[in-house]
Amino acid sequence: MNLMFSRGPSLQSRLALGLVLSAALMLFDHKFDGFGSTRVYLNSLVSPIQYLANLPGEMLSASASRIVSHEKLFDENAKLTHEALLMREQLQKLEFLQQENTRLRSLLNAPVNNHTERLVAELMAVDNNPYSHQIIINKGAIHGVFEGQAVLDDQGIVGQIMQVSSTNSRVLLIADVTHAIPVRVARNNVRLVAAGSGNFDELYIPHIAHSTDLQEGDLLLSSGLGNVFPEGYPVAKIHSIVRDESQPFAQVYAQPIAKLDRLKYLLLLWSNQEPSQAISLKQGTK
Amino acid sequence: MRLRTYSIALSILAALVLQIVPMPANFDLYRPDWVMLILSYWVLALPNRVNVGVAFIVGLMLDILLGTTLGVHSFAMCLCIYVLAANYQRLRNYSVWQQSVIIGVLNALYNLVVFWLQHLITDILFLFTYLWPVASAVVMWPWLFWLLRKIRRQLRLN
Repeated sequence: MNLMFSRGPSLQSRLALGLVLSAALMLFDHKFDGFGSTRVYLNSLVSPIQYLANLPGEMLSASASRIVSHEKLFDENAKLTHEALLMREQLQKLEFLQQENTRLRSLLNAPVNNHTERLVAELMAVDNNPYSHQIIINKGAIHGVFEGQAVLDDQGIVGQIMQVSSTNSRVLLIADVTHAIPVRVARNNVRLVAAGSGNFDELYIPHIAHSTDLQEGDLLLSSGLGNVFPEGYPVAKIHSIVRDESQPFAQVYAQPIAKLDRLKYLLLLWSNQEPSQAISLKQGTK
Repeated sequence: MRLRTYSIALSILAALVLQIVPMPANFDLYRPDWVMLILSYWVLALPNRVNVGVAFIVGLMLDILLGTTLGVHSFAMCLCIYVLAANYQRLRNYSVWQQSVIIGVLNALYNLVVFWLQHLITDILFLFTYLWPVASAVVMWPWLFWLLRKIRRQLRLN
């Protein structure tokens, strides 16, 4: 049935309604951050589409892993056993060091860092939104993921959880232009803030005085300030410093340690870092 | 028939999936805006069924899927679909090639509106590579038009 005259409101008023609603949503979402808990439901609502979109890649990788040759599996097994042996040796040392560190810290009355819980997550999809760097992982609210949680891979810090839905969640990478992470230089503990530049392989470090003691190749560790990222994980390595005296600040660029365009398995961290008072209370009750 | 009643919704769902399906980074630059293209076809063919309202809802879903601030894609989508819905009688009479040029222009508008809105919200810089989807939209339109018209005629949608 083709109506000559459409029913309902006219096209112009529909357009006006749509635009006004969109603008209101943008204002509400961006300025007031008004969709805190609703976003979880909205994201869960569309997650079937995400699973559907992920299906072809999943099937491809499943069939690829099924036709790996025996020889290759043996090789890989041998390599991994070797690696595990080396790791275990380091772990023995680490445990000893950790004990020593706790003892020394308790002698100094400094807060002891509690151990953190971890969970392995897998990359589900990379966003094709060209204006921001986000990825989707296959762990969500039912696994205890929360907004602002730190996400790592085997090399270093990757980003933080931006939105949670019930079975998957969205990670904002450290290279996104809207992201910045507090870091310190491993060599001399100079504190900096590393902001994303929009490139996967570059972070920008703003507001650095020309006289700051930085060198190319300096490793930047997360400083733990800001209470989002745990302390001491590698973030980036400084790869270029331009000290142009005509500019107010030195231009410092760093390369993220984690390969942000080659992520597969990720680690989610739950740190039970609370204010030092709470920790000492907890120790008192033990 | 079941398929008949849901075919438009299914095609839009397929477009949403195509929009977010992971692709190699080299091809990702040229990914056409599937959702916008398929909605454009339905607006031109059946403006009484697919309209600004549908565009708003689908744009909102796109916002959630792409993780942008809610309202960015729905704003741009409403605007472009409105232009098509207001001129559908004229556009139907054009040849497919003329249509694809017009769709390309509208797609450029769509991409620019999305960029401008995002630019207002966050500080992003414009790269001309962001406009590659426009070229692929122009190339894709005749094929998509042919395919969807075939589907529409087969299912006798109106």
